[in-house]
Amino acid sequence: MDMPVPAARVLARKQEIVARLRAVLPADSVIDDPAETRAYECDALSAWRCAPLAVVLPRTTAEVAAVLRVCTAEGVPVVPRGAGTSLAGGAMPTADSVVLGLARMTRVLEVDFENRFIRVEAGRTNLSVTAAIEGEGWFYAPDPSSQLACAIAGNIAMNSGGAHCLKYGVTTNNLLGVTLVTGAGEVIELGGPFCDAAGLDLLGVVCGSEGQLGVVTEAVLRILPKPEGARPVLIGFAANEIAGACVADIIRAGILPVAIEFMDRPCIEATEAFCAAGYPDCEALLIVECEGSPDEIAEQLGLIREIALRHDPVEFREARDAEEARRIWLGRKSAFGAMGQKGDYICLDGTIPVSALPEVLRGIAALGRDFGLEVANVFHAGDGNMHPLILYDANAPGEQERAEALGAEILKLCVAAGGCLTGEHGVGVEKRDLMGVQFTAADLEAQMRVKDVFDPPWLLNPAKVFPLAASAGRRAGGASRGAAPDPEVFGPR
Amino acid sequence: MRVESEAELVEAVRGARAPLRVVGGGTRGEVGAGARLEVAISGVRLYEPGALTLIAGAGTPLSEIEAAVAAEGQRLPFEPPRWGALLGLAGESTIGGVAAANVSGPRRVQAGACRDSLIGLRFVDGAGIAVQAGGRVMKNVTGYDLVKLLAGSGGRLGVLSEVAFKLLPAAPAQATVRAEVPLSEAGRVLAAALASPFDVSGAGWLPGQGAVVRLEGLAGSVEYRAGRLAALLAPWGARIEREGSAAIWRDLAEVQPFHGRTGDIWRFSVKPSEAAAIAARLDGEVVLDWGGGLIWALLPEGTDARARAAPYTGHATCLRGRAPRAEPEAPAVAALSRALRARFDPRGILDPERAG
Repeated sequence: MDMPVPAARVLARKQEIVARLRAVLPADSVIDDPAETRAYECDALSAWRCAPLAVVLPRTTAEVAAVLRVCTAEGVPVVPRGAGTSLAGGAMPTADSVVLGLARMTRVLEVDFENRFIRVEAGRTNLSVTAAIEGEGWFYAPDPSSQLACAIAGNIAMNSGGAHCLKYGVTTNNLLGVTLVTGAGEVIELGGPFCDAAGLDLLGVVCGSEGQLGVVTEAVLRILPKPEGARPVLIGFAANEIAGACVADIIRAGILPVAIEFMDRPCIEATEAFCAAGYPDCEALLIVECEGSPDEIAEQLGLIREIALRHDPVEFREARDAEEARRIWLGRKSAFGAMGQKGDYICLDGTIPVSALPEVLRGIAALGRDFGLEVANVFHAGDGNMHPLILYDANAPGEQERAEALGAEILKLCVAAGGCLTGEHGVGVEKRDLMGVQFTAADLEAQMRVKDVFDPPWLLNPAKVFPLAASAGRRAGGASRGAAPDPEVFGPR
Repeated sequence: MRVESEAELVEAVRGARAPLRVVGGGTRGEVGAGARLEVAISGVRLYEPGALTLIAGAGTPLSEIEAAVAAEGQRLPFEPPRWGALLGLAGESTIGGVAAANVSGPRRVQAGACRDSLIGLRFVDGAGIAVQAGGRVMKNVTGYDLVKLLAGSGGRLGVLSEVAFKLLPAAPAQATVRAEVPLSEAGRVLAAALASPFDVSGAGWLPGQGAVVRLEGLAGSVEYRAGRLAALLAPWGARIEREGSAAIWRDLAEVQPFHGRTGDIWRFSVKPSEAAAIAARLDGEVVLDWGGGLIWALLPEGTDARARAAPYTGHATCLRGRAPRAEPEAPAVAALSRALRARFDPRGILDPERAG
């Protein structure tokens, strides 16, 4: 993977830059010893790593602002970091960058059940937001599978999703406001505990901007009362196509389950070997979960049963109690661990129209054969968010490159089917150079203009999201040198 | 001028030498001078009921979209309201106008705003360049979310040519739990309903009706939840309305109590618990939606409603009246918005307020 050559000017001034950071932060908030910065050299995309110039761990919004003022004055790139769980390299540093970690900003600032929001510092983990309110019967809906570890700041940067998006939406649909520190160190409030923006929806574009428009230090999040209960069913099928058709029929029937999860045979076999969840021996299975009172759940599951039986399922298993529900979810929740047991894997998250499911699954299988690599599929079927897992051996020469090349081909297939490169993980460095597959030069130019406005010198997480060639001029000279596209060249398609 | 394709729209914007006033159906009371540019790029481009997805030209009439999806038992989740009768404006709302204004009806408390269902769009910026943002899938974090930035922008960053929406199944049944309480009590009733696990899909207050709470879904489920909710709200004398339910929510979405009335029309988007106090200070006729988070107010002409209502946590829009339409933004936020407009519309072509 290409990364920009670190700025010699910055590397040469490391001592002065660290000294300026120490002048504005408490002593324990600045780390520059190479032995200690190593912990920050990568995120969950651990195949790629680079130690940063320094790491800062501020405790307040004012300290974050002070750091950004120093870095802007010194022309030092800043890589914001939540909990470092990005699968896309969103928090991967460069050698000339300062990592700005929010791990010490974890307080709950305000809980307001009457107005249904919670205000937290953005370094707080996703699951601990719900933990702060579940005693009173409330929860925060977005639930990425890393929710035990991942931070709200990273959720906002990547607009994270989860298994229950079909009903509750993703981060942007549950985010009411943020405190944002701009690259220049200015603190601004966007949104708040009320609906909609008075003017342009800046909050909407900050969410999902991968730490490139500012550093979010506080967030106002929508909270919801917990449903009375939830119960899953497991349905096994003789073919991926049949499972795909069943998903479409459930949706068309007017039922809105909170989750529809899909696993294919390679994934079922791997999880059975790993945790013996007792899944049926079949080509594909669905886990469908419904919420409500016992009678309401029974009403929905009755309809789902009727639909499923029309597709000749290999098995239809309804959870009758909490233990059976746990066993149905066991294999799904262990899927990534099971894959890890088999070897190294790359997890993609391209999204496709649900109708294209069978065709894309066939295409992925064919590509896997072409590349000589096994691909297992486990994903959120209700919203078309695929998670192909490419298995490979990192110690075999050339195999990682082959796995990455296969990943790129699978993502191109998703885009060709009408989908997108990433449904919930983000672009980061991982998919940066594929952006041209989904967007025209004019589309990317429009996105980069937004960064020009929020971060004119392009110092915030600069080598991410956009193909390096597309952002080169801006990164080199700031937005003033970013040329506007020629309308004759970038006309409508 | 009227454009019927994106190519014509590109030509119109590139050829413009003075600010344009872009209109869809002209039903939202947007102000401004400038040469009228009517976006009549019409027609459903793609509708996949099994994927809950619809793509249409921005100028497609809202009623055409609603009829198409209703035929498949589906609907736009955010319940787009019509304000024609409220504002005394004839014309037919377009789906692009709905998106450009980011207008949402009572179901916003459950299903989110218009912008939350808008999953993709195409627009032509002020330089006449066509841009795609988002796509046609409901989970998409590929690049910046320009969809949100354009939703509610009033066409000031670009003119929408195409929009893609996520749909939801239409509910087969609904019921309303109604409690005849005064405005001062409404907040408590609505907050209690929204804090319940009964998946409320509307929560408002109408003069003459009192506090109203809607439940939608499968018939058995609606009956169960309506019973539980009526019991919860029994201290306020709550009753279940079945037959009249749909009419109550149409009246609320369209703000029926203000139809045919003179005076200025305002919307306040605020922290719900502040609604009663703000309404008292406004001292006019009021309707509440979004659990109290949205206050509709009918006030004597020329009232400085923002000064009267202060202090409030949120923002006010003057939909009909002489006051500035939008709430002034904090200086740092206003500076970012201005800079974005300058980047997307360097010639000021999409700024009708600049037209002489």
